[in-house]
Amino acid sequence: MATTSTPVTHHGGHHAAHASFLEDPQHRGLMSWLTTVDHKRIGLMYLWSVLTAFLLGGLFALALRLELLTPKEDFMTAETYNKVFTLHGAVMVFLFIIPAIPAALGNFVLPLMLGAKDVAFPRLNLASYYVYMTGAIMALTAILTGGIDTGWTFYTPYSTTTGGAVTLMTFSVFVLGFSSIFTGINFVATVHKLRAPGMGWFDLPLFVWGTYATAIIQVLATPVLAITLLLLAFERMFQIGIFDAKLGGDPVLFQHFFWFYSHPAVYIMILPGMAIISEIIPTFSKKHIFGYRAIAFSSVAIALISFIVWGHHMFTSGQSQLAAVIFSFLTFLVAIPSGIKVFNWVATMYRGSIALDTPMLYAISFLLLFTIGGLTGIFLGALSVDIHLHDTYFIVAHFHYVMMGGTVIAFLAGVHYWWPKMFGRMYNETWARIGCILVFFGFNITFLNQFAMGAKGMPRRYYSYLDQFQGNHIGSTVGSWVLALGLFIAAGVLLASLRKKYDAPDNPWGSKTMEWETQSPPITHNFPNNPVMQHGPYDYNAPSVRREA
Amino acid sequence: MSWFRDFFLPMQGTSHAVAVDNLFMFIVFLNIGFFLLIAGLIGVFVLRYRRKSANDRTPNITHHLGLELTWSIIPLLLCLVVFFWGFKDYMTATVAPGDALEISLTGEKWIWTFEYPDGMRSLGELYVPAGKPVKLIMQSKDVLHSFFIPNFRIKMDVLPNRYTEQWFQSNIPGEYQVQCTEYCGKGHSGMNAKIVVMSQTQYEDYLQNGPPNLRTMPLAELGALLYESRGCATCHSLNGVKGQGPTWKGSYGNMRKMTDGRDMMMDENYIRTSILQPQSMVVSGFEGIMPTYQGLLRDREILALIEFIKKQK
Repeated sequence: MATTSTPVTHHGGHHAAHASFLEDPQHRGLMSWLTTVDHKRIGLMYLWSVLTAFLLGGLFALALRLELLTPKEDFMTAETYNKVFTLHGAVMVFLFIIPAIPAALGNFVLPLMLGAKDVAFPRLNLASYYVYMTGAIMALTAILTGGIDTGWTFYTPYSTTTGGAVTLMTFSVFVLGFSSIFTGINFVATVHKLRAPGMGWFDLPLFVWGTYATAIIQVLATPVLAITLLLLAFERMFQIGIFDAKLGGDPVLFQHFFWFYSHPAVYIMILPGMAIISEIIPTFSKKHIFGYRAIAFSSVAIALISFIVWGHHMFTSGQSQLAAVIFSFLTFLVAIPSGIKVFNWVATMYRGSIALDTPMLYAISFLLLFTIGGLTGIFLGALSVDIHLHDTYFIVAHFHYVMMGGTVIAFLAGVHYWWPKMFGRMYNETWARIGCILVFFGFNITFLNQFAMGAKGMPRRYYSYLDQFQGNHIGSTVGSWVLALGLFIAAGVLLASLRKKYDAPDNPWGSKTMEWETQSPPITHNFPNNPVMQHGPYDYNAPSVRREA
Repeated sequence: MSWFRDFFLPMQGTSHAVAVDNLFMFIVFLNIGFFLLIAGLIGVFVLRYRRKSANDRTPNITHHLGLELTWSIIPLLLCLVVFFWGFKDYMTATVAPGDALEISLTGEKWIWTFEYPDGMRSLGELYVPAGKPVKLIMQSKDVLHSFFIPNFRIKMDVLPNRYTEQWFQSNIPGEYQVQCTEYCGKGHSGMNAKIVVMSQTQYEDYLQNGPPNLRTMPLAELGALLYESRGCATCHSLNGVKGQGPTWKGSYGNMRKMTDGRDMMMDENYIRTSILQPQSMVVSGFEGIMPTYQGLLRDREILALIEFIKKQK
């Protein structure tokens, strides 16, 4: 079974001959964590940080849903509501979803998958974490000192004229962008330079392809956001008149700048999720991934096309009709590679040996939810229909199906999948599955209701609403409670496992990618010897056929 | 199948709405078809190929060009159909006929004002003739807003630095809800309006004499109606809660301190001046942000509001 040059025979981390990175005698105590350059420790620090952000953003969401139980004011004023929905969006997007998979899971897994000792620039990696924390603390300060009520999109001229801590928040997002760029640069260099001997581009696990495509977008697109936010901050501080019509600026220009980053950012968020699914489905189907090259190239195609579809956020903004038509056309093009991936994942399951462990349950949830998210995108790409649906709850539901039903569910799948590798412990499978199923149903109850009321004309970002929508709002709120219960159970199950001794085998799921060939949790330098690529990441049926190194 | 459409979409107020709905329902069927295909395959595979033992052997299937092309090209063709269909209806919805009745619209926090070619203005209510194209030429006085008429399936942002347009033609007399769909702050969700589509004769009568149903309505009742429809409710509460402006509860007949230090009695004259020249007297503790209603309310409507405020004890 073992296929690296390293004889890997032990089947439990607790038998390991070497101390794991978690209790390496040479790296003990808090300072050893705060100054670590080990990608695994940085990955875990990111993991706890993004999970904290997820909790915070989730509590904001629950508060919003509670307020929306009735059409009138319940326990929040309109001003508070506007701040809370802004924070829900900003925290979830900038502090949780964007860093969640690349910086937390990617950091931990990517070098292991390549058979590398670390990322290419370990100190830059640590710097990215501190830059992230700086941005996060600035964001918290902004929240505590006045808050912001602009929506996470910061549309001008509202954002240049409203009160509150908008300037600090934009600087915070500016800083967070740099942490994202640092991680991106690191991953690009790592994938190019640190692959194990014998590992060609088409021997890379698809998680690496997805993360690589993401890293390229991070490096190319994030600077545009940085420029935009700087201009916004200057506009607020010095009234220079770039976006504010009163000063001779153009508010729609801000939208172009903002979406030029934020549409690719949608793919910064979803591509790593797709990348996780591409690992989990072959593992739990015990079968070679179907259409490796199609999936790999579609990631790159998505990364490229994602730069030229930003105008589909602006069909009603007053941009020219010609621009709207071109953006609509390009939008349909970007739908195709995502569709190809879904068909490839389903085809991978054909004649497989399918085990429904928790990671696979999440992966199947992902397939169903992401399919709904993708298919409902067709409504929004079609110009005439989008005009009706734009800025209604239909949009809210659509992007939650993609961002939460897609990325967050994939993130949860990844956390459950790599948990034994990260912490050396197995979790309670039954309760983890119960959590997953509650998340699935809670999510659908919450957001199917939002599709329904959106198509009927319920606008988004509404603090109060017409009575006719109350039924759907109640449904959505109840759904959010089921969803929250599922997430708390999942968190409890995972945390409870940490009280146990190491009991995870090196390769509990029988996967073929390289991170499973070292012990659980891995030693500080990942592998006792430099591993050599001996079989492809999905060679499930022919373990005896070895490749030429 | 109209029950199925009504399940998803609001009532259709224009022929453009019918066109949009046809494409919407086409995509609904595409969605259902593809979802059932994918969910069905997953279901069948999970049931049929459940792992029996850890030693299960699986076939070495890595790719299949024919299949890959099939599931690339068929969705692409369907997407192109949807693209052209949406494009066609978008163009008819965007280009207004030359003989359209032009009405200019101004959005500001958090009211909509309409101005007719003859100079008459109306707040929060747009009265238009049935069977005639109406073109709205829109601008904002402050931040972005968006003018959304769900029953007509149209919306367009309203900008501070340039005019945007949209047009509609409704043949069905009735009242249609308008909502703001570009986030604009505290009063965003209350920034509603109403479009009343009426027959040509009713419309001409309206231009002369104002809304027919309001001419004989008792003053207090009319005041209550105006309170909701003219944007008063966005800032002035009736339950004593302080809003953007002072509450109306128990306000009539009291002395109030102004920001400039004067003490004013809240009587008929005070209320009238507050409505027509709101900046001249601002109650202490509030900002002078109320827009003037000069030319927007008829005399009888001002009387109606005064009567309504008197009733808020």
